[in-house]
Amino acid sequence: MSSAAHAPRSWLIGHPDAAINLRVDRRNVLVCALLALCCAALVIASLCAGTLALSLHEVWAALSGEGSPLATAVVTQWRLPRAVTALVLGAALGISGAIFQSLVRNPLGSPDIISFNTGAHTGALVTIILLGGSYVEIAGGAIVGGLATALVVYALAWRRGIHGFRLIVIGIAVSAMLGAFNTWLSITGSLESALTAALWAAGSLNGMTWAKSLPASAFCVLAMAAAMLLARRMQFLEMGDDCAAALGIPAERTRLLLMALGTTLIAASTAAAGPISFIALAAPQIARRLCHNRSTLTGAAGVGAALLLAADFVAQHCFTPRQLPVGVVTVSIGGIYLVYLLIREARRS
Amino acid sequence: MHSSTAKAPSPVLIRTPARLRWLLAAAALLAIVLLLSLAIGAKPIALPVVIDSLLGHGNSADSVVIRESRLPRTLLGLLGGAALGLAGALTQALTRNPLADPGILGVNAGASFAVIIAVALFNVSGPSAYVAWACGGALLTTLLVYLVGAWGSSRLEPMRFILAGVAVGSVLFGLSSGLVLLNPGAYDRIRFWNAGSLDVRDLQLVLQVAPAIIAGGVIALLLGRSLNAIGMGHEFAVTLGTRPLRVQAWAILAITLLTGATTAVAGPIGFVGLMVPQVARWLVGADQRWILALTTLLAPILLLSADIVGRVLVPGELRVSIVTAFIGAPMLIWMARNKAGRS
Repeated sequence: MSSAAHAPRSWLIGHPDAAINLRVDRRNVLVCALLALCCAALVIASLCAGTLALSLHEVWAALSGEGSPLATAVVTQWRLPRAVTALVLGAALGISGAIFQSLVRNPLGSPDIISFNTGAHTGALVTIILLGGSYVEIAGGAIVGGLATALVVYALAWRRGIHGFRLIVIGIAVSAMLGAFNTWLSITGSLESALTAALWAAGSLNGMTWAKSLPASAFCVLAMAAAMLLARRMQFLEMGDDCAAALGIPAERTRLLLMALGTTLIAASTAAAGPISFIALAAPQIARRLCHNRSTLTGAAGVGAALLLAADFVAQHCFTPRQLPVGVVTVSIGGIYLVYLLIREARRS
Repeated sequence: MHSSTAKAPSPVLIRTPARLRWLLAAAALLAIVLLLSLAIGAKPIALPVVIDSLLGHGNSADSVVIRESRLPRTLLGLLGGAALGLAGALTQALTRNPLADPGILGVNAGASFAVIIAVALFNVSGPSAYVAWACGGALLTTLLVYLVGAWGSSRLEPMRFILAGVAVGSVLFGLSSGLVLLNPGAYDRIRFWNAGSLDVRDLQLVLQVAPAIIAGGVIALLLGRSLNAIGMGHEFAVTLGTRPLRVQAWAILAITLLTGATTAVAGPIGFVGLMVPQVARWLVGADQRWILALTTLLAPILLLSADIVGRVLVPGELRVSIVTAFIGAPMLIWMARNKAGRS
């Protein structure tokens, strides 16, 4: 670590006195670049691998429209939408998690503190059991259920402003109720519908197509851009409402805006792929450790995307002929990685 | 990790007579709920008959119902409720996080995982076989969480410990759902175990795990003073003559015994361990000794009344874990809006 003491810790873009001056943390940039490389490698790997194994060259030919019709169809219609969805949704989940953890200032904070996932699960279960549940119906039910729940939690927690701790407690309480309702639905329904619901609830990218992916992905990209614009305000807000107000930031409005963005991201990803657990919780924590205890939205997005891509690769290819729902794998991989980080951190100190 | 975690609003100082009153009220309420739990059900039974059959007199159909079904159920509600509540209080004190419940240390995930392995891979079935697997799973998991959380450091940092629990728990949860989703037959059996129920119909089963729960409970109640010291910070606790590491090890042992034994018989029942200590803290203040004592009485009240309501509400009975959430959650919301918001 001695060399780090001599090297500059951050780079300055522009000049301190100039109109444009932006301090960029060196490690942050390096980490983000590495994460981007990692994501690119994973996307390429997922385009190549599968029952029809393709070489890099063949994939490139397919993408540029010069490959065989079969390879082109497999790459552009099956594998690419799935990889792109994993990339976008992973980043969206990471950012959403970072937003909520920052808002409630608790590393256990995840979008689930406003019970979105549980509500979405309830919505999906109800549509599966009552309506049978096509893809669109389930997605719609999940969004309605999730948003309605988030609104109820927010309304119940509102009392002359939103208080982080009260929000968490009320979110837990509402989650517990809906979770109990879900359990009840799953033991009263037939085995078939309960199993369909369980598969949906694990979160899955199986059978992803452009038609399913595009609306949600476009939505996520927009919301992520908006979140990036608010990133600075979010950091000030972490210093406390008074401090933020002194810096000219309307605390309550910013918080509401951030919460709306976080919920939008989660809603879009849940509609597209079901509730993919753990990425929103783990990505910001992992990014924070990679970036030496600095929280960044870009870091969280990168880690989220890399995690989801890797998990989906495993879910698709490691248990052939069966395909697992990706959520099952995200939970395991994320958990193992968190354990590894904890142990490594302990060794260092 | 953020520098400041969400903290429970610090309660105002509450005087001892007021605390004693809460304790007595809770004890009286618990006695009433215990009797009601024996008397109410698909077939209501008069109180004198209940008492007679408990004393061993009478061989009527009613006495059989009491002894074979209601007694194990009520006993499990009493022991299991107290166990879950105490485990929750210990977890919250240990991690210094009012959001922690025993589930966060991965105990439930471990127990579930073991049962799922038993069902899916070894084709085990029947409650008494589940008990052994679930207990073993819970023990191994807590040990693992402890090792990861305390790796290489001389003290147990609450946040590391929580993260270790979350991490290990989610790996196990992921493996469990993978196994279950690939194996529909196992899913069918496990979805009922996972819903949690007090309806065991076997006194032996309850008596089997009772020693573990009682031992865990005694350890928990003895730890109150040391937990108070630890709550003031590691250095301060050492100055006061407490050995934090030893206290933490005992607390973890107690949590494992309490949750492992209860989950083994009743299946995972959430929320009691999270909510009751929270409510107790609002009622009697931050002193762990009082929180532990009141939790021991309040938690079985919640669990048993949920069980009673589940019996009478619909003909086929609602699972206790489901009713618990529906009774407990509105109460928690109400209290969070009124009590916790005042600071």
